[in-house]
Amino acid sequence: MNSLKRLSGFLWILLGVAVVYLMARQAGTEIAAATKANKAVLDTKMFWYIIIPIFTPIMLGLCLFGWYAWKGEYDQIARDSEHLV
Amino acid sequence: MSDISTQVMSNSGTEETSTKGLMKVIMASSVGTLIEWYDFYIYGAMATTIAKQFFPQDNPTAAFLAALATFAAGFVVRPFGALVFGRIGDLIGRKYTFLLTLLLMGGSTFAIGLIPGYAKIGIWAPILILLLRFVQGLALGGEYGGAATYVAEHSPVKRRGYYTAYIQTTATLGFFLSLGVILTTRKVMGVEAFNDWGWRLPFIVSIFLIAISVYIRLRMAESPLFAKIKKEGKISANPLKESFAHKTNLKMVLLALFAAVMGQGVVWYTGQFYAQTFIERTLSIEFEQVRYLLCIAILAVTPFFLVFGAWSDKIGRKTIMMGGMLLAILTYRPIYKAMYHLADPKAKTEIAENSSVSKAVAVAATGDSTITTTTVKAFTDGSSSKVVKKETILADKSKPAPKAETTKTFWLSSFGFWMMTLFVFIQILYVTMVYGPIAAFLVELFPTRIRYTSMSLPYHIGNGIFGGLTPFIATRLVDASKTTENPGGDPYVGLWYPILIASVCFVLGMLFLPSKNDENVMD
Repeated sequence: MNSLKRLSGFLWILLGVAVVYLMARQAGTEIAAATKANKAVLDTKMFWYIIIPIFTPIMLGLCLFGWYAWKGEYDQIARDSEHLV
Repeated sequence: MSDISTQVMSNSGTEETSTKGLMKVIMASSVGTLIEWYDFYIYGAMATTIAKQFFPQDNPTAAFLAALATFAAGFVVRPFGALVFGRIGDLIGRKYTFLLTLLLMGGSTFAIGLIPGYAKIGIWAPILILLLRFVQGLALGGEYGGAATYVAEHSPVKRRGYYTAYIQTTATLGFFLSLGVILTTRKVMGVEAFNDWGWRLPFIVSIFLIAISVYIRLRMAESPLFAKIKKEGKISANPLKESFAHKTNLKMVLLALFAAVMGQGVVWYTGQFYAQTFIERTLSIEFEQVRYLLCIAILAVTPFFLVFGAWSDKIGRKTIMMGGMLLAILTYRPIYKAMYHLADPKAKTEIAENSSVSKAVAVAATGDSTITTTTVKAFTDGSSSKVVKKETILADKSKPAPKAETTKTFWLSSFGFWMMTLFVFIQILYVTMVYGPIAAFLVELFPTRIRYTSMSLPYHIGNGIFGGLTPFIATRLVDASKTTENPGGDPYVGLWYPILIASVCFVLGMLFLPSKNDENVMD
């Protein structure tokens, strides 16, 4: 189980990076298309201006989670909150 | 003035009296939390009405999206509220912190009820609404963690899931209360007066509810565990630093967010809110039918929060939360397809003699004329529909003709109504599975000195952001799927957002979450 946890860490890092990249690419495509068609430009921009700044730091958190998993930090989950701090 | 928490502590000699005292603690905490949820959700429950009052009406979709964005703004600031008030709660105590959040929430809700509409003050209307939504979000971000921590720190070890589940019911009951107040107000004063100014009353009523809650909360004492560590001088000097700068604790914050709360958030907001958006906007079901069926489903399902909370004390939090998530992932699409089928006129047989088409022409002083075409259809299963199309013909032919406005309303048959209620019930049942045990799960993950801060942040990112943005993102996905060939778009495409988030969370949870509950929260 621990090796599976460690291996999956790489997957979470990749997922975090991929989501940020896909969001940025999709935002670029949609804003360009809306500007070209002069249709719902403000709506499109507003949506992506809300989504990207919110989800980018969270995805960085997912990458950090993946990094910890990759390094084996989650091999032993603290069974008692006394062991946390 | 008697002191509720002191009763719990001093009466702990007998099981019976301590349980009685504990129930008082739970009720005192829950009433305030329920009212905060009420305050937060009346905005969402009236998103369509608010869109008309506070946002430009040239484009109804833009107005609706803007209203949803403002609704979402309340969710997005919740993690910041968690940081600000979580820190205060870990430094000065639980009691005064959630008294403060209650006052902030009540004050801002009351103020929303008093803001003049877009027609009167223009752009200031949406700006003021946005600011007050921010205050609401901050207050809620500080409230929940405090209430859950307060109850958990009073609860006996083997019953923590059960007792904290009372706090978990408040979110759903707060939503129920908001729907109930809206329906009653609308019924009493009539639809026209409600749409004109009556919609303000549910916001204004909040000030009385808050007064009651403040009175109850003033009678509460500090959490016994917090009082104990305060007496021993073990309070954290910097809860934010301890929570997020220490790797051992940050790891648990990330684990809580990605392996539990993220999936729980999307399941919750899909069941309770996206279902409403889907029924109301995609299926065009009549306003009152939607609220009645939601109220019935919510009331019937609420006891299951306690059932799953208690069950999690016996078989573990993970099994129940992951079970709920898996069921949601596997059944969302079939459930929404069945819901769509219930209100799909194409799948029904029309009764021609009970159907009608009528036209009315109104000519304004400017010479512009409005043609209103009303098409009423009755179907053999007892359902019916009404489509009202308004076309404006301008006297000045050189100007471009405005786009025709079409309003659709569908009334479900009796069978359809109960089936729709059942489908909403099933979705909220999944909510009770993922949400019932989560307070106990989060409380057990962190130590007393930084518990308020540490558990509040992942909770509000998971619920406020991943969950709270569900209707906004799902509606946007449906809009993006609209094409010239398919102007209605794919009605189910919005479901991919909660399904994908819940799937990632399920895999993470199964791999990383411990199966056994941590019994020690006395640290």
